[in-house]
Amino acid sequence: MRLKPGRLIAGLLQMLCAGSAYAAYGVNFQPPVTRIASEIYDLHMLMMYVILAIFCVVFGVMFYSIYAHRRSMGHEAAQFHENTTVEIIWTAIPLVILIGMAWPATKTLVAFKDTSNPDITIKATGYQWKWGYDYLKGEGEGIAFQSKLATPPEQIHNQAPKGENYLLEVDNPLVVPVGKKVRILTTANDVIHSFWVPAFGIKQDAIPGFVRDTWFRADKEGTYRGQCAELCGKDHGFMPVVIVVVSQEKYAQWVSAQKAKAAAAAEDPNKQWSADELKARGEKVYAANCVACHQANGKGLPPAFPALDGSKIAVGDKKAHIDIVLNGKTGTTMAAFGKQLSDTDIAAVVTYERNSWGNKTGDAAQPAEVKAARK
Amino acid sequence: MSAVIDTHGHGEHEHHPSGLMRWVTTTNHKDIGTMYLWFSFTMLLVGGVLALTIRSELFEPGLQVVNPEFFNQLTTMHGLIMVFGAIMPAFVGFANWQIPMMIGAPDMAFARMNNWSFWLLPAAATLLVISFFVPGGAPAAGWTLYAPLSTQMGPGMDFGIFALHIMGASSIMGSINIITTILNMRAPGMTLMRMPMFVWTWLITAYLLIAVMPVLAGAITMVLADRHFGTSFFDAAGGGDPVMFQHIFWFFGHPEVYIMILPAFGIISQVIPAFARKPLFGYASMVYATSSIAILSFIVWAHHMFTVGLPTAGLLFFMYATMLIAVPTGVKVFNWLATMWKGSMTFETPMLFAVGFIFVFTMGGFTGLMLAIMPVDVQLQDTYYVVAHFHYVLVAGSLFAIFAGTYFWIPKWVGRMYDETLGKWHFWLSMVFFNITFFPMHFLGLAGMPRRIPDYASQFTEFNMIASIGAFGFGLSQLLFLYIVLKVSVFGKGDKAPARPWEGADTLEWTHLPSPAPYHSFHEQPEVK
Repeated sequence: MRLKPGRLIAGLLQMLCAGSAYAAYGVNFQPPVTRIASEIYDLHMLMMYVILAIFCVVFGVMFYSIYAHRRSMGHEAAQFHENTTVEIIWTAIPLVILIGMAWPATKTLVAFKDTSNPDITIKATGYQWKWGYDYLKGEGEGIAFQSKLATPPEQIHNQAPKGENYLLEVDNPLVVPVGKKVRILTTANDVIHSFWVPAFGIKQDAIPGFVRDTWFRADKEGTYRGQCAELCGKDHGFMPVVIVVVSQEKYAQWVSAQKAKAAAAAEDPNKQWSADELKARGEKVYAANCVACHQANGKGLPPAFPALDGSKIAVGDKKAHIDIVLNGKTGTTMAAFGKQLSDTDIAAVVTYERNSWGNKTGDAAQPAEVKAARK
Repeated sequence: MSAVIDTHGHGEHEHHPSGLMRWVTTTNHKDIGTMYLWFSFTMLLVGGVLALTIRSELFEPGLQVVNPEFFNQLTTMHGLIMVFGAIMPAFVGFANWQIPMMIGAPDMAFARMNNWSFWLLPAAATLLVISFFVPGGAPAAGWTLYAPLSTQMGPGMDFGIFALHIMGASSIMGSINIITTILNMRAPGMTLMRMPMFVWTWLITAYLLIAVMPVLAGAITMVLADRHFGTSFFDAAGGGDPVMFQHIFWFFGHPEVYIMILPAFGIISQVIPAFARKPLFGYASMVYATSSIAILSFIVWAHHMFTVGLPTAGLLFFMYATMLIAVPTGVKVFNWLATMWKGSMTFETPMLFAVGFIFVFTMGGFTGLMLAIMPVDVQLQDTYYVVAHFHYVLVAGSLFAIFAGTYFWIPKWVGRMYDETLGKWHFWLSMVFFNITFFPMHFLGLAGMPRRIPDYASQFTEFNMIASIGAFGFGLSQLLFLYIVLKVSVFGKGDKAPARPWEGADTLEWTHLPSPAPYHSFHEQPEVK
């Protein structure tokens, strides 16, 4: 939708009545809910006071000089042009001020880096363009799921009004108990991402092939929202981080519910599905994982994102089709979905792609075939 | 040393071709300086159009103007064009025009290489801009080109890499020329410690360029190899390390930002004493401070990588070293203030921009200090606070200094005075709209808005709207500057300029040369007493 002049006026008026979960015209960090975030908040305020003081002194002198030492006021120029004492003084004083700032900064830095003795360890994997969470150790161990942006595309494309947590909402948020030390391991599946939750005061780059870590201990229950903080491709702005901090009891309930769900979802790998069942399921898988690049109409966004409708792969050899969905294609953004989706989901989406739009292969792919294709 | 000086000493023989071939074959530092300056102005306007497209999209939440892939191309190209096409060539243009005149030399040491250094740039710029039109579009990994995102992109990335290589070669040759000229061709009596500060800052900048442009070349060549020759420098699956790219890039990148500000410091150090009618305070300190900044700039690069996961000792070292740079920078600001103090100041346009520079650049320096504090940087890295910081130091810093220098020296270059009323309008419009655009970005970063995103959460709406309005105001104000420059140079309007229109200016180009400066200056070496 093009930007029109009328929208300019409407937009300006909208400024007067902003409605969102957070304060409009926010001028400072979000309220901290961890000790580290509090220390960072206080460090920032301390620095601001020092900077403000220096600002007032330095520019007070400058503006006074501009007023008093001007030709039009009749001021004649002095000719002094050096003074070693003064140079030493205005080198030493800033140095002392800096040391004063470095001391509390060092303390917070060291505390920030101390990820030892966590209660729960969770791995956060950055994907293009969503997060995957694996609960590795501590209560909840074994739970794993993906967390994608839940804002409907209609809101993004200005066809529906924007919700309260526009661009900051996900389908499956991370859930952690209040007051417990949570260690977050970060890694990535493809390019560098960054895991950032402002209210916790944490940000840690997620680097493919490497594992880094950070930690937090949330002092207050609530829902806290952050975003990916490292350019990772076209949907970098559309992969938020949402963490729900709950009481210990609620957390235990959530853990049992997750485990039950996982048990129910675990499927018999040898089950034979009907083509219609696969296509129906595949349509859902496609909508959740493939639409961003290959588009709902299968036409893609060539050349970066090829069309599937009428593509050689989707109407050609089924094994090759399964292979590219499982293993991705190096040198492109086509990810290896074998790491993210179950055999049944891959079988379903391949069946859907081979029998949708203009593609009418009549093929169906069974989960057993996908399992066999995994090396 | 006198072999290249034409010692006929009688009248002016302007032996040069006319028309297009004059510009293609010129080895004259004034012609080449002019070409650099017009080239950089053109790139400023191109980069500005990209910025206004970005700000149009960011006026409101939602996607209205461009799609996310193209938005990433816009932000990347805006950065590359402004850094390598606008700011750096502008300062080289100033170096070419001013250094020979200020040291009493007839031209640069390697006049033919000078021509080649310039003409590489339009070729590189063409290559860079053409990348928009190849499949996949322009590079879209940010101007910082982090791997492995940059290894993933289409052929536009290769165009960008080649363009950068060519621009790097141009910078290296230019720097060799500048160093050789300054060290060998100063007039008798002009010892190093009697050179104008502008010459000093360019001497130091040239050394920085020679040291780090090859490092950038190495980094982008490794990206090229990973893309096409089966290497895995930055691919963990092959034994490589994506973070290594960041180390190598920022080892170039940090000195690069000082390369973009030291000549600005030099210009300010010429303008303030001229309009205060008082010598620069603490010349020796200024030389030592500039040198300290240059040396320190080599050991702070990882402050751009505070969230990558460096070990604690590394983080502490880089935090302390980065904070340390505030000291010599502060010394320079204090010395400029001491130059103004008890002077007899008038505020023509060059002085307005110089004083404006001190005010706004210092604000950028403060936010830089804030970002140096690693725990605070954890919240601010990759947010709009960083965008605000570097636009304060690069636009209100480098660009305002370029404006100051242009108004200051254009009477010497073209022989006419620019329109002072229009100049003042340009200053005030730029100052006001600049701050409207970029000050709110500090708040956006603090409130949690990441950078390099085409769409944002609702709470960021108001400040984004304000920034977008400011951006259009600032952009349009630069068209006024274009008119002012065209009016005095191409249209030939304005009062005839005396040899020394600024009574407080005392360097050789003002005291020994008429306005406009002759095509060949200093047929005989001046004696500096």
